[in-house]
Amino acid sequence: MEEQKPKLKMAVYWAAACGGCCVSVLDVHEQLFDVTAAADLVFWPIALDTKYEDVEKMPDKHIDLTLFNGAIRNSENEHLAKLLRKKSKLLVAYGSCSHMGGIPGLANLSSKEDILRRVFEECESVSNPDNIRPVPEYKIKEGMLEIPEFYNDVRSLSQVVDVDYFIPGCPPQTERLVEVFTAIVTGAELPAIGSVVGADTKAQCEECTRKKSENKKIKKFYRPWEIKDDGETCFLEQGVICMGPATRAGCGHRCIKGNAPCRGCYGPPPGVADPGAKMMSAIASIVDEKEPGEISRVIEDIADPAGYFYRFSMPVSLIRRKVL
Amino acid sequence: MKKITIDPITRLEGHGKIEIFLNDEGEVGNVYFQVPELRGFEKFCEGRPVEELPAITAKICGVCPGCHHMASGKAVDAVFGVEPPPTAKKLRELFYMAHFVHSHTAHFYALAAPDFVVGPYSPPTKRNILGVIEKVGKEIGKEVIKQRRFAQEIQALLGGHQTFVVMNIPGGVRRGLSNQERDDIVNKANGFIEFAKFTLKIFEDVVLKNNEYVDIILNGPYSLRLHSMGLVDSNNKVNFYDGKVRVVDTEGKELYKYSPGEYLDYVGEHVEPWSYLKFPFLKKIGWKGFVDGQSSGLYHATPLSRLNASDGMATPLAQKEYERMYSILGGKPVHATLAMHWARLVELLYSAERCLELASDPDITGKELRASIGPIPGEGVGIVEAQRGTLTHHYWTDEKGIVTKVNLIVGTTNNHAPICMSIKKAAEGLIKKGVEVTDGVLNMIEMAFRAYDPCFSCATHCLPGEMPIILEIREPDGQLLKRLVRD
Repeated sequence: MEEQKPKLKMAVYWAAACGGCCVSVLDVHEQLFDVTAAADLVFWPIALDTKYEDVEKMPDKHIDLTLFNGAIRNSENEHLAKLLRKKSKLLVAYGSCSHMGGIPGLANLSSKEDILRRVFEECESVSNPDNIRPVPEYKIKEGMLEIPEFYNDVRSLSQVVDVDYFIPGCPPQTERLVEVFTAIVTGAELPAIGSVVGADTKAQCEECTRKKSENKKIKKFYRPWEIKDDGETCFLEQGVICMGPATRAGCGHRCIKGNAPCRGCYGPPPGVADPGAKMMSAIASIVDEKEPGEISRVIEDIADPAGYFYRFSMPVSLIRRKVL
Repeated sequence: MKKITIDPITRLEGHGKIEIFLNDEGEVGNVYFQVPELRGFEKFCEGRPVEELPAITAKICGVCPGCHHMASGKAVDAVFGVEPPPTAKKLRELFYMAHFVHSHTAHFYALAAPDFVVGPYSPPTKRNILGVIEKVGKEIGKEVIKQRRFAQEIQALLGGHQTFVVMNIPGGVRRGLSNQERDDIVNKANGFIEFAKFTLKIFEDVVLKNNEYVDIILNGPYSLRLHSMGLVDSNNKVNFYDGKVRVVDTEGKELYKYSPGEYLDYVGEHVEPWSYLKFPFLKKIGWKGFVDGQSSGLYHATPLSRLNASDGMATPLAQKEYERMYSILGGKPVHATLAMHWARLVELLYSAERCLELASDPDITGKELRASIGPIPGEGVGIVEAQRGTLTHHYWTDEKGIVTKVNLIVGTTNNHAPICMSIKKAAEGLIKKGVEVTDGVLNMIEMAFRAYDPCFSCATHCLPGEMPIILEIREPDGQLLKRLVRD
């Protein structure tokens, strides 16, 4: 009997995240009643009995599905990643931070020391004559106060534990989450472990609504504010960096609909290991120059290539971090 | 020394933790509200083209991405030395009003209402949004979700996506509004006004007509005498998108009124070794520690402080509610922490009215969306009111507009020290020698920081909307004396 099937035990956890992934879950709107009818949320720090210790007491593989969002930035994030791996049948990296490091992963362009110095000593509004910094353990007269250790590197979830599936996006499209959720609840056959789900298999450009011409060549790259966007033509053809060629489709072209170029939050399409390498070849193919020197000159116009090409993926890229 | 830990209380650019230390007499010795999360936007935004920052800094908070997007967009305009054309400015503010409608609605129904509609002493299993729906009816629950969805749809239309907002470009916006889209927003805004009025009616019927609740608001251990900060327009009326920052003292007298570019003369940030979040204070008074009163350097930046710092609301219905609130609560300024919930609903009505005003403005469908850009001055400050407090972004760039430095003072951060003190005051008022620490006591402590809607409660906008708490009382050797769970 269908109704005797036990309800799915589900957990949602955030690590170094902004909360946008949790909002994307809430953005199921009126379908929220269906979700709570199909699944019991057994761990969701924002909404339920939250003590980590209670998760520790659960038998291994007690949770059917864990949506883990956020990157691994500190010791608490790492601890929870390992704990939830142990307690979950399916561990899903939900959203760009968990999938690839996301925006917090840009911090791999600096060091822990650079960040702490800037935030607690150099910021112009800071008044900190003794150069005090937060420390993991601090003794006060009443006892000990503890906060997690801030790591030097940001890592994606799969760099810390084995991950079963990846749902990309910053945040993931809610409709796609519902698709994946429905598949799991109904017991549909799931793709191979380690797959990206809730997204398409093509590159953004193949589904983009903007107009592309054959063999269009450009002589110069522009910043978005340097051109008058016509609202219709491919951004790359207008000379504006757009991550479409190196990004998996499936987001519904939300930035394009807002007349902004793609920044790659869905990660590279299948078969592409590194979005930066893919972008470099895509860019080289549209530059209207023959001489390697001239091509280099055009490409040098691109401000901050690392920040464009690896906006959401620095920790899992070939570069991984800036060598300091 | 006994230690009570409430961990994790969750979200505030990450997570939060409360430590309550009891002294040997069983009374509250000290309270620490710690933020264990840091991501370091101030550093890793360096090197990025400045026009990318409105989208990058929106990721500081996925619950109020629109606030960062707007503060950032304004800071970027200032870096380029440009002023957006009227249509662009109004479109930004229109987006922003939808953002407020969505956030304030979610906060009231998912977070605040359980305490009042269901009741602070009711069983914990009922003290959540589902309990609220049970009490007021499922139809109203559906209406809440629908109105929130409409507000999200307006943001998605104007911003590309409601969370990954890409609206702002230096000197303007990327997308205009068609007449048909405008008509749809007008319809929705009319609905928001009715919904805000209805919500205030619920507050009136359930809270104000209940003497016990009014007594908790006015006389419970929930009052902190601090200065009040808020953004005001040229008539000193509340404005969320633009204006000057006004600070009034604990008596309601104006202390300062400054333009965004002057904020460093007025606001400083203190650092403690036990929290990754800094503690802002009024620089001209100085950091005096965790103390309230007229001589304290601490201020509130909340819906209530915005109303305290202003001379009123710029829309007619909200102005009436503003007057009513102060007349019932005994005049300006009000320092009762729980009155923040009421102030938030006055702001909800204002946002709805302002949404309609802007959508009905002939400029809103204008075609001039961007100002042209000249030489780049290279430094700029943008300030808006986030739902959770005054939000400041300050950028420096080189002559090409590549970021060299970033400074941020984020909404909830303003209230870091006040939140610590509110929790301490509530704990002191409720945990006494010989008094058993019950679930009800826990909830009453929790109500002290829930009033701030600190960013962790953003996340609590999810079902079932109740912040869970586990409270442990331990002996100095760590042995567990008592454990209470409120799920």
